Amino acid sequence: MSSNSRSLKYSRAINEAFVQLMTADPSVFIIGQGVKSPWYVGQTCAGLIDQFGETRVIDTPVSENAMTGAAVGAAIAGMKAVSVHPRMDFALYGLDPVINEAANWHYMFGGAASVPVVVWGIINRKGEQGAQHSQALHAMFAQIPGLKVVAPATPYDAKGLMVAAINDPNPVIFVDDRWLYDFEDDVPEELYESEIGKAQVLKQGTDLTIVTSSYLTQESLKAAAILADSGVDVEVLDLRTIKPLDVPAILASVRSTGRLLAIDGGWRSFGVAAEIVAVVSEEAFEVLKSPVRRLTLPDLPAPASRSLEDPYYITSESIVEVVKSMLNVN
Amino acid sequence: MSDVRKIKYPQSTSYPKEFHWSLLETMVLIRRCEESFIDPILDRRIQCPVHLYSGEEAIAAGVCACLTPEDTVFGNHRSHGHYLAKGGDLYGLIAEVYCKEDGCSRGRGGSMHLISKENGFLGAVPIVGGTIALALGAALAHQIRDNNAVAVAFFGDGAAGEGVLYEVMNFAGIHDIPLILVCENNLYSTHMPIREIRCRDTLFDTAIPFDVRTIREEGNNVLKVYEATRTAVAHCREKKGPVFLEFSTYRQRGHVGPNDNIQGSQTDIRPPEEIREWLTRDPIANYKKFLITEEIFRTEEIDEMDAMIIDRVKQAHKKAEQANRPAPEDLPKYVFK
Repeated sequence: MSSNSRSLKYSRAINEAFVQLMTADPSVFIIGQGVKSPWYVGQTCAGLIDQFGETRVIDTPVSENAMTGAAVGAAIAGMKAVSVHPRMDFALYGLDPVINEAANWHYMFGGAASVPVVVWGIINRKGEQGAQHSQALHAMFAQIPGLKVVAPATPYDAKGLMVAAINDPNPVIFVDDRWLYDFEDDVPEELYESEIGKAQVLKQGTDLTIVTSSYLTQESLKAAAILADSGVDVEVLDLRTIKPLDVPAILASVRSTGRLLAIDGGWRSFGVAAEIVAVVSEEAFEVLKSPVRRLTLPDLPAPASRSLEDPYYITSESIVEVVKSMLNVN
Repeated sequence: MSDVRKIKYPQSTSYPKEFHWSLLETMVLIRRCEESFIDPILDRRIQCPVHLYSGEEAIAAGVCACLTPEDTVFGNHRSHGHYLAKGGDLYGLIAEVYCKEDGCSRGRGGSMHLISKENGFLGAVPIVGGTIALALGAALAHQIRDNNAVAVAFFGDGAAGEGVLYEVMNFAGIHDIPLILVCENNLYSTHMPIREIRCRDTLFDTAIPFDVRTIREEGNNVLKVYEATRTAVAHCREKKGPVFLEFSTYRQRGHVGPNDNIQGSQTDIRPPEEIREWLTRDPIANYKKFLITEEIFRTEEIDEMDAMIIDRVKQAHKKAEQANRPAPEDLPKYVFK
């Protein structure tokens, strides 16, 4: 950590990434619905229009297909484009340029061109918003060859991964979560990158490995603190990047603890947790002391009513409960 | 040429000889290239789907004659002509259609994935409509850089069924983006005639509610295509906003392969009398007749050009057939840069 770091909120860390990169590189621009409005994007885009003008910070009509396509096309033409979707659900209208075009572009032209675009989807859930304002779609993007997917859990990585994503010559899906926006932590003042594809152990432990990402990294750290009071010592591995998955880091941690709990904020079937479990089963089956477990959303749409939201979402309490059952601790 | 009779070229204009020569040469190159694929398709030496541009050459030639290498172009599934007219290498195209390592996309793309970045041909891909938004993005890049260049999207009447076109026109209209939308209305969306897929059989008027300047012109008349595009390019360079160009035309071949016969059977269901009628409006035969009648060129000069092009195309095929396919061990190459 730099000596020039100071405490910054997650959303302000993203903002600082934009300010510094847009100052350093005139090819960086942001396009998408709501960049003028904190109601849409929090403080992530605060002051950008004043500093860089509406030519490079472009608020748009609700036309996700064309707007995402424009970001992809501009990137093909040599710009570093950031396409923002303040509710990730609406990004579904823009899947054609992301999946058919950006993801395939470098491959289908035999490396003759690449697409340095960032598609930034903000998960904005709970609060009785219901099924179409809540979806975490990172696993769906991670399935597509040619896309990288990052999901920062900390203010440090919010800045570092946004910078890395924008500088990456390939299309990167940047998934964050409004529940993280007010988390505050040390963030270096200078421009830096968090390396894409590198997970990080945020808490060392000996009894069990939790592999997780994004907001659930924070919940897992809370759970680890609660579990420590019961004498349970879990390791928390924050993926930071969903794809390419840091398989060596996952295996190293599971080999040291012998137990795996894969936690993901997406749905259960065919998801990120399933992929982690598959990798461990293939590569490190012999070290497992007990069956692996997944903790995910159930395979059903997000409900609106609080009485249904509470059992739907994962919390530090539900993590504690699963870990205790895996270790037969009361 | 006795059945050539339909096209009236603008008489008042006097272009230099070299200009006519260059337009004709581009069109003949495209036609000879397209027709050269027929035998290798029928005997299965070429297996990837090939969508021939025969009959529509005047549009690619006329439009691209107005562009500089800094101007950017996106194509579609039927883009051999756009690629060649924008300066793409003939051998790179032919080798790509054979899916060889020497191809412009190193055999990873085939006929429907063409690129010539150094000439501003940023890519042709077959999801129709998708490249309209990509061209918007390239035009936006030109606008942000303020480099006076324009971006062009070539698409057909079928692609106009995709909603993205209307999103693009709205946004380009709001921000005066230097985008030229070139709609090649060849009256068919694969096998479906336009009257079965649209309420109207014209496209230019769809641009009107978006404050996008729009021009409809005879697409088989290369000089009219050129003049309409020249107006559009000037409009964009003067920062007056996007232009929609509708060019009426007709493909002389089926949707895919020579006659929709890539799987061996002939499935082109268009009325034969309609096809015959449009053949009289062949953009090359008519233009040749005009150039000879107006005594701009002699028949022998044109025949000599044609023979040279035929030979170039033949040599490119020979080399492409001998070239290597991508090595199997290179399968994972190029997923990421």
